Amino acid sequence: MSDSTYKVPTMQEMSAKGEAPEVLFWVGCAGSFDDRYKAVTIAFTKILNKVGINFAVLGPEESCTGDPARRAGNEFLFQMQAMSNIQVLDGYNIKKIVTACPHCFNTIKNEYPELGGNYDVVHHSQFLQGLINEGKVTLKDGGEFKGRKITFHDSCYLGRANGVYEAPRDVIKALDAELVEMKRCKTKGLCCGAGGAQMFKDAEKGNKEINIERTEEALDTGAEVIAAGCPFCMTMMTDGVKNKEREHNVKVFDLAELIAKNEGL
Amino acid sequence: MEYISQIAFLLVLAVASYFLAQRIGSIKKNINLGKDVDRSDNKGQRWKNTMLIAFGQKKMFKKFIPAILHLMIYVGFLVINLEVLEFIIDGIAGTHRIFAPVLGDAYSVAINIFEFLAVAVLVSCVAFLWRRNVVPVKRLKTLSGWPKLDGNLILVIEVILMFAILTMNATDQLLQGKDDHYVQTGSFFFSSFLMPLFEGMSVDALVFTERFAWWFHIIGILAFAVYVTYSKHLHIFMAFPNTYFARITPQGQMNNMDEVTTEVKSMLGMDAGNPPAEVARLGAKDANDLTWVNLMNSYACTECGRCTAECPANLTGKKLSPRKIMMDTRDRITEIGENIKAGKEAEEGSALFSEDYISAEELNACTSCNACVEACPININPLDIILQGRRYMAMEESSSPQSWNAMFQNVETSFAPWKFPPTDRFKWADKLKEEEK
Ligand code: HEM
Ligand code: SF4
Ligand code: SF4
Repeated sequence: MSDSTYKVPTMQEMSAKGEAPEVLFWVGCAGSFDDRYKAVTIAFTKILNKVGINFAVLGPEESCTGDPARRAGNEFLFQMQAMSNIQVLDGYNIKKIVTACPHCFNTIKNEYPELGGNYDVVHHSQFLQGLINEGKVTLKDGGEFKGRKITFHDSCYLGRANGVYEAPRDVIKALDAELVEMKRCKTKGLCCGAGGAQMFKDAEKGNKEINIERTEEALDTGAEVIAAGCPFCMTMMTDGVKNKEREHNVKVFDLAELIAKNEGL
Repeated sequence: MEYISQIAFLLVLAVASYFLAQRIGSIKKNINLGKDVDRSDNKGQRWKNTMLIAFGQKKMFKKFIPAILHLMIYVGFLVINLEVLEFIIDGIAGTHRIFAPVLGDAYSVAINIFEFLAVAVLVSCVAFLWRRNVVPVKRLKTLSGWPKLDGNLILVIEVILMFAILTMNATDQLLQGKDDHYVQTGSFFFSSFLMPLFEGMSVDALVFTERFAWWFHIIGILAFAVYVTYSKHLHIFMAFPNTYFARITPQGQMNNMDEVTTEVKSMLGMDAGNPPAEVARLGAKDANDLTWVNLMNSYACTECGRCTAECPANLTGKKLSPRKIMMDTRDRITEIGENIKAGKEAEEGSALFSEDYISAEELNACTSCNACVEACPININPLDIILQGRRYMAMEESSSPQSWNAMFQNVETSFAPWKFPPTDRFKWADKLKEEEK
């Protein structure tokens, strides 16, 4: 393990050694279990390693933030989850958290304080933006995405819910790519259809799936890459592209994956 | 005999004030049927929102054409009401254009401005009627029945009221110099165009027309004020408190249920503080389980449908419509108010969250995307109502969709919404190491 390039220290290991990380990487359930999103977790971990950030994860001690339970109305379950997460986080004296999931981001940042959990929480797009601004991630020119058309799908829980619109776009611009906007973007961005616990059930009766509507909009931009910053958006847009039989020439990537690819990680 | 018109005027004023006070009283009572929620914080931020969003019409300007048309009606209303002040003084004191001698030349400037605005209101109302009926804008077209009629009635009434002002000013100008009662005011630009219509009339007929227009306008305005309280047009007043009391926390944040926190804390053996008196219901089953801010929102809604036009569920043919959430909430809380007035059981009739108003199918379709909240020009929050309905379904009725119940189960037993063994949570790191080999 010691000769491995990439390290994923857990909080348990760190605190046993009496060390403290600069930032905790909150992986989230999708980042831990969803096959597609595990790749995003790995890409982000590689970037953290490459840049030499002193980070840690909770590993097996992490647990669902409770977001889907709360949005589906089960406040009891949410609060049980929240309280036990806060106990774990406070037990390790965590101050700063980064996560690649806007739902975890929103919940820990906005909803844990009322239950006694106060942390400085950033979404990985903001973290990456910081690394770029500090010059820690310098993108070699002529990278893989230079001049290519990329569109960004705003996640509701990052955008409208928390007003983060520019960080992900700055990341894309740093790739020297051509950022193209969809008809509905930023404050008017259209949901992928998975929010509010919709991810965990079938849609109600209607005449179209929301992710198809959104994918059509993304495809209309002529972009080769649909960038996302959320595990659920990732699933919905990927399914949408498949449904439209465009997976051969349109890819859905997370922001961290774009950076990692560009860095050859 | 001399005082008869003054007495008549006072009577009209008294009757209108009585009805208006009654209406305001019962709407206030209905809003207060809601649960308490504290909005006394951040006064500075709240005033700022009221100034920008209500007074400044900031969110209206996301759609330019209706925003400009509306701005003219809005400014027209605020300014022309200054003239109503003169109407009321004249009506009580038996004077005619009491401000004219006081203000001198400024008076004719003022009236010319009012007339300009009256014409602007007229033009805008006609344009709005056009948008509602001739080339219907989709979000307005989808209304039917009373809400549709209401929308058109308001515009037609405003057109008629503006004509009354212009007719009154036209005949007034013709009477100046013919009848001493009519003070010299200088000429009024817009109403002059109507003067040829009345030129051939005798002095008596002119006086009659002028008086008729005066009475028509003032009675019209007073009747309209009462009508407004039954209508979506109540927003002309409610938009202001509504923007002030609107939520200012991040849109993604759901409010914490303190009664649940107390219980969860004592379950976990933590110090829970004083348990709350008695917890009535978890979440909302009926309109009076909502907060007073939700209920105020419902009375402020203009039924413009901007929320529904942005709703991903509605756009893809689902039954959910955030505008309907607001309209149903208002209808039901009004019904509850009437039940109480009639001495019946408050919750008689169908509850707000039932097939007759907002069905489970509608509640379940929401993605909590906040598009409706963002779209609303007066900061109404339909999502907050939806989420309270879902809380009742999940915690009191256990009637959430089956897949959600399964998800709850997974979170409870596997600590993730999917059924994976919690011990697999960190397996992704092994994958990273494999990749390196
Ligand atoms: C105080 C005087 C006001 C007057 C006389 C007034 C008048 C009107 C009228 C006549 C309409 C109907 C337009 C139609 O038929 O589509 C309307 C709609 C509307 N008003 Fe007002 N209004 C006032 C204040 C406000 C304020 C303070 C706001 C807050 C921003 C507001 C927001 C709206 C909205 C959102 C609609 C729906 C417009 C649409 O469909 O695009 N109004 N108003
Ligand atoms: S929050 Fe719900 S009701 Fe509002 S626009 Fe989104 S899906 Fe529609
Ligand atoms: S809630 Fe707001 S956006 Fe929706 S119809 Fe009412 S006023 Fe319009």
